[in-house]
Formats: sequence, C-alpha cells, structure tokens
Amino acid sequence: MDYLISVATIAGIYIIMAMSFYLPFMTGQISLGQAGFMAIGAYGSAVCSVKFGIPYVPAILIGGSVAGIVGFFVGIPALRIKGIYLLLLTLGFGEIIRVVFINVEYIGAAAGFPGIPYQDHSLLYSYIMVFILIIFFSRLRKSRMGRAFHAVGSDEDAAEVIGVNITSVKLIAFSTGGFIAGIGGGIFAHYQEYIEPLMFDVMHSVEFIVFTIFGGIQIFWGPMFGAFVLTMIPEFLRVIQEWRMELFGALLIIMMILRPQGVIGLDTIQGLKKVSSRILGRGLS
Amino acid sequence: MILNIRNVAKQFNGFHALSNIGVDVAEGKIHAIIGPNGAGKTTLFNLISGVYDLTEGEIRFKDVVINQLKPHLRAKLGIGRTFQIVRLFGLMSVLENVMIGTHCKTRAGLLKTFLRFSRKELTEEKATRENATRWLEFVGLAHKADQTASNLPHAEQRLVEIARALALDPELILLDEPAAGMNLNETLKLDALISKINQMGKAILLIEHNMELVMEISHVITVLNFGMKIAEGVSSEIQNNPKVIEAYLGRKK
Ligand SMILES: Nc1ncnc2c1ncn2[C@@H]1O[C@H](COP(=O)(O)OP(=O)(O)OP(=O)(O)O)[C@@H](O)[C@H]1O
Ligand SMILES: [Mg+2]
Repeated sequence: MDYLISVATIAGIYIIMAMSFYLPFMTGQISLGQAGFMAIGAYGSAVCSVKFGIPYVPAILIGGSVAGIVGFFVGIPALRIKGIYLLLLTLGFGEIIRVVFINVEYIGAAAGFPGIPYQDHSLLYSYIMVFILIIFFSRLRKSRMGRAFHAVGSDEDAAEVIGVNITSVKLIAFSTGGFIAGIGGGIFAHYQEYIEPLMFDVMHSVEFIVFTIFGGIQIFWGPMFGAFVLTMIPEFLRVIQEWRMELFGALLIIMMILRPQGVIGLDTIQGLKKVSSRILGRGLS
Repeated sequence: MILNIRNVAKQFNGFHALSNIGVDVAEGKIHAIIGPNGAGKTTLFNLISGVYDLTEGEIRFKDVVINQLKPHLRAKLGIGRTFQIVRLFGLMSVLENVMIGTHCKTRAGLLKTFLRFSRKELTEEKATRENATRWLEFVGLAHKADQTASNLPHAEQRLVEIARALALDPELILLDEPAAGMNLNETLKLDALISKINQMGKAILLIEHNMELVMEISHVITVLNFGMKIAEGVSSEIQNNPKVIEAYLGRKK
C-alpha cells in the first residue's frame, strides 16, 4: 500500500511537471529547462520551511513564484530564438541552475539539503494541484489567452499580424510554465525530505518532453496521460526500470510512425464524448 | 487619405524587391494593387502590416507613422489583413479563428480567466463570441462555426480569413489574392462581399490577378512591375496604358 502511494505521488508530481512543459510548448517554445525550474521550486520552498519556518502551502507557493519570476527572465532571451537554439538556451539554463546549487553552501551545496519537513499528505496535495491544472487547462481552451496560445503555437507570424502580442503571450506562457514546475518541485522536496542538485539533471527535463510527446500534444489530456502511464508502468515492471530511457526511446519511435499526434488526440476526446453521450442517452431513455 | 506610403523601398540582401514606392489609399475606397508575379505586391503588404521592416521611406496610417510599430500594434490601430497562402490556425474551430481576430481589442488575462474573478471576463468572452458569429454570418459561414478550420474547403478558408480580419473592425483591410483558387461562382460571391465590406466604409487594399474582378470593383488601381510603380489610375486608364500592357504581355511567354 505504501508502495502504491509512493508511486502515485511521484506520478502526480510528474504530471505537474509534464504540464509545466506543455504550457510553453503550446506557444511553440520547447524547454529543456523544466527540471531547473523544478529545482528552484524545490530549493525555494525548502528554504522557506527549513530556514524560515513558513508553513507548507505558502512555502510551496513562494517556491513556485520564484521559479515563475526566474522563468520570466529566462523567457526574455527565449523570445528571440527558436528551435534548436531555444533547446540549447533552456538546456544551459537548467545546467547553470544545477551548478549554482552545487556551489551554494547555504542550501547544502553538493551534499544536498536535508531535514525538509515531511508532508504526510503529499499524495493529496499533488493531486489537488493536478486537479487545479485540469480546471486551468480546460478553461484555457475556451479563453482569450488560451486561443492566443494556440494561435502563436501554430503560426506565430500570422498571429502577430492579426493582432496578438506574441512577446507578451510567450513570456506569460514561459513564466507560468516555470511557476507550475516550481510547484511540482516544492511538493517533491517536501515528499523526499532531502534534495540534492543531482535530482534535477537534464535527463528529467527530457523525460517531461517524452511524457508529452507520447501522451499527445494536441490537447492537455495527452501529457497528463503520458506522465501518468509512463511513470506507473516502469514502477510495476521492475525489470523495465533500468531500461526506462531505452524503452521511452523505442516507444517514441513507434509513436512517430504509428500515431505522431500521441496516444490522446483531439479525435480521442471527440470519440469519448460520443461514447459517453450515447451511454448517458441510453441511461436516460 | 487613410494610408500614405512615401518613397518606400525594400531590399532583400541587395535585391531590390521594391523601389521608391508612393501610394495613397483614400478612406472608404477599394484600391487594387496589380502586377505580374514577383512584382513586389505581397512585399508591399508585408511592409504595411509589419512583417518586414522597410529599407527606406515612411508609411503613415491615419497620420500616424507606423513603420516602426510592431505588427500587433498596427492591427490594433485598425489594419486587418489576409494572406496569399491561407494561414488559419488549423486545429482550432472556425469560430475560434475568428475570435482570435479581436485579441488586441480585449483584455482578459490568464489568471483572471482561470479564476473568473469577475463577471467582466465572462461578458467579454460572450461579446467576443457574438462578434465572431456576426462576422461569420456576414461571410456566410455561420453554419460551419464549430468545424475544425483545416477541414473546410479552400474557398471557405479564404472567407474565414476575411472574417477573422473583419472581427477586429479595421478601417483598412488588406486582401492578398482573395480569389485565388476560387471558381467562377465563388469569385462572384467574393466580389459582392468585397463591395459590401466597402459599403461599410472600410478602405480596402486588394491584390488580385483576376482582372475582371479588379476592373469591376476597384476605384483606383496601382500597377507594380519589378518592384516599381509603373502606373496608377482608374480602370479605363489602366486598361489602355501601354506600359501596363507591355508588363503583362512581356512576361506571358
Ligand atoms: N523574404 C524574402 N527574401 C528574399 N526575397 C524575397 C522575400 N520575399 C519576397 N522576395 C522577393 O521579392 C520579390 C517580390 O515578391 P512578392 O512576393 O512581393 O511578389 P508578388 O508581387 O506578391 O508576386 P505574386 O503575384 O507571385 O504573389 C520576388 O522576387 C521575391 O522572390
Ligand atoms: Mg504575392
């Protein structure tokens, strides 16, 4: 049972991380730095609770906000570059964050940051956050900013010409992505009790991308599904655990060939709606 | 004059795409830009809407110098446009595509939309939707509002682009070959639509290869060739202008 709870908690945190990647991704910004924002949130909230005795929820919100602010400043140079250069910039950012944390004595440097108060209800909190994200993303789709996100993601030059301020849209998306990652980091830190810079290396950022690509990029249920499934499966098939990245790689190749939009696409959602309305319809009649 | 283009030049790595262009567009008129392929018509549109920076010259819209402004601010000032190759946001619905058109005139931010602090955001969303629906009705596509934009036939996608540009309620609208790829029937409808837009008092700058359409509806025609303005006037003047005839015939072979 404990084991199950632990796996589910990690899955919840990874869902949050996948969504933190997905939000800027919607506007066409591919970030390899989400583990860096996660680290900022983790360390930020840990400092709040350990050094200042701030309670759990505000500590995590502060950690997230710091990550969001850092995201804003990383987002500024990110505006000018695209594709592979943006990948390199965010990759560099993630690594810089790690190197900085390795060298700051105040937060334990390379030895790590121990003694973070353990949150009993991490499972609950992580899924509260997931729930908030579900509401957020489903409302986003039907809102002014959400439409702008999609427009910028699908053709930013056209979006700009018809009146979308792409600078502000991309900055907002990038920094909100940083905020979400920071929240994930905060929950993670208070679940692990101990954090060290190594936990936030770039391979994790890559994983968040894999979750998204695998789960589906057209609609937010995709990355949620991807994060959940790809966290759960290796946990239950211990044999796979060691081969996780190899497995992910193979999965991605298969997906690219069979279903490039990911497992969950717009068609999936429409199909589900049809089926459920049919079932409900029958139930009523 | 609503738009003044003065001595405008555009070079791409030394290639003179446009040289010394001066065009004035009057309020509420249909002004056509014609010329052979590669004459620089789309480039001129791109300079007006801010896709490219100009190399020389000045562009004024309602007496405001706009050639330094970012594209979205030009849209906000009241310049709408469509593209030669349709650029709808493919995965969004037709209605959502048109709703995007009012982005720069609305305010709702990320947090407010999410938390729904106030009635205001919901009212704004509703107004945006109604406005978009109205413009879809105007172009005759209200019944396709919920379809995915990329699923529409080509001619209808062009109309959605026009509705998207109109949603902003611009005073000047730039149409880049709106009839391209349309059959005779669709072109006739488009013809009527352009006149209707014009009757609402909007100035229209129109790039079009369909000469019948151009001659019939434009008040003024400017002819470009090799990046230079070679003629300007009403249809009868243009039709009989030897330079224009040569420009078109000279390239036909
Ligand atoms: N971004 C660019 N970089 C380099 N050259 C360009 C660019 N855009 C346009 N050109 C060149 O400028 C010239 C004018 O192009 P433009 O697209 O304005 O022509 P056009 O009059 O719209 O032609 P068409 O009727 O074929 O649409 C062409 O020779 C084109 O190759
Ligand atoms: Mg053109």
